[in-house]
Amino acid sequence: MEPNIFQYGFIIKGLLGAIFASITAGLAGTYVVSRRMVFLSGGITHASFGGIGIGYFIGINPVVGAAVFGIMSALGVEYLSVKQKIREDSAIGILWAFGMAIGIIFIYLTPGYTPNLMSYLFGSILTVSRADIIALGVMSVILILYFGIFYRTILYISFDEVYARTYSSYVDIFKYVTTSLVALTIVLNIRMAGVVLVISLLTIPPNIAMLFTRVYSKIVIWSIIAGFVGTATGYVISYYAGIPVGATIIFTLVIIWVLVRITTLLIMKLSKRRN
Amino acid sequence: MPILFEMHSLSASYGANTVLQDVNFTVNENDFIGVIGPNGGGKTTLLKVILGLLKPAKGTLIFNETLLNGNSIGYLPQLSTGDVNYPVTVTDIILSGLMIGKSIFSRMSSSDKLKAHTVIEELGLTGMSKSNLNELSGGQIQRVLLGRAIIGNPRLILLDEPGNFVDTTFENDFYEKLKDLNKRMAILMVSHDVGIISSHIKSFACVNRSLHYHPSPEITNEDLLAYGCPIQLVTHGDVPHTVLKYHK
Repeated sequence: MEPNIFQYGFIIKGLLGAIFASITAGLAGTYVVSRRMVFLSGGITHASFGGIGIGYFIGINPVVGAAVFGIMSALGVEYLSVKQKIREDSAIGILWAFGMAIGIIFIYLTPGYTPNLMSYLFGSILTVSRADIIALGVMSVILILYFGIFYRTILYISFDEVYARTYSSYVDIFKYVTTSLVALTIVLNIRMAGVVLVISLLTIPPNIAMLFTRVYSKIVIWSIIAGFVGTATGYVISYYAGIPVGATIIFTLVIIWVLVRITTLLIMKLSKRRN
Repeated sequence: MPILFEMHSLSASYGANTVLQDVNFTVNENDFIGVIGPNGGGKTTLLKVILGLLKPAKGTLIFNETLLNGNSIGYLPQLSTGDVNYPVTVTDIILSGLMIGKSIFSRMSSSDKLKAHTVIEELGLTGMSKSNLNELSGGQIQRVLLGRAIIGNPRLILLDEPGNFVDTTFENDFYEKLKDLNKRMAILMVSHDVGIISSHIKSFACVNRSLHYHPSPEITNEDLLAYGCPIQLVTHGDVPHTVLKYHK
């Protein structure tokens, strides 16, 4: 039987979504994991849910609301941690829950239509629009250019900020810009993986790559590959089993991590025996 | 001997807390100065001022612009500033020493990479060029960071507590290496541990809010008064050390 036009569109959307999600998450995720910003990224994600709620309430695109909240909270935490007025992890913890609370309050205050909360919390390919895919595509290009052009500058600032300050006066600008791009990446991927699970889309692929390479640029490339395999497989499982796509993606990625871990251990043992 | 930089009645503070007061200090070409003093006495602050990371609250810092400026100084910070688990290779860390004077768009040329290769060989890090820091010993990490400080061939290097992560096997080699480097560059070496200051040092600066410069490599009781407490030198057999002189 010929696949009908809806199935065809669905496949294209899924494929493009998987490619762009893995590129953006691979680039932003390697930065997040290397700089040990995983908790901060979790905070950004959940804070941005507040923007989704307000977006619904005032009738604008919820992704725009989420982007504003995400970037503001990211910059806020970076700024507060520099000024050291408050413990960074406490600030993130407060932001985390506060964003969720605002989101829930405004979604319930929105008259008439209550959006499907589940699709935001756990992701749903059905709600991913053409505009979402285009936005992710544009984000992929921006991130590739940004990390490609400023590779060494970004690498060295995040490795040793104190040393970088001895030769560059751009350290703070780069930190703020990169963190904002990470926040945007997270927000754009919420549709795919959901608020609860998107952080794993960023963190699991670099951790898979770091099982067998410790070179930053190679971690990025392997993260993108691992992310794509995980996302694409997750789609297929989600489609046939009728489970939210975020959950199947994360599940697949963890399985890949376990398989790669076992393989690298076996290879190490074998090469030791040979020596 | 050409002057590299001069400080005149310089004070530095964090907010209301004055850490350095009325410091007069001159560093000349090929100096090898040990900077000693108690913790919190302002040794690291002195380095920060020289590096331009902290603006002096009062006084002046004048560089000999023909020999160096604030941007062409090699710097070996305390280990704690970098993340040893960060996925960056030894080669890339050493190359970062060339970022001084490069634009944010810059890439590393093949001659840059050749320089890194030479430094790696010179410091006995052959075979570790693709390693991360967490695969190396303390002494090897110290050499990588020294490599980063010297790859640009600066006229002055600042070493902040290099003794902190020395393993004794490397200690002697490391100080021999410094002696060698001192032929082409001035060295300012901070240590809070008088015992670890090597015999290759030509002079001392005692920093405890104020700075006292001593042109000879002997530590006198007077210098130790700066610490405000009695100090005992503890050392094993072959470590080179300077015995304190009594006042008459």
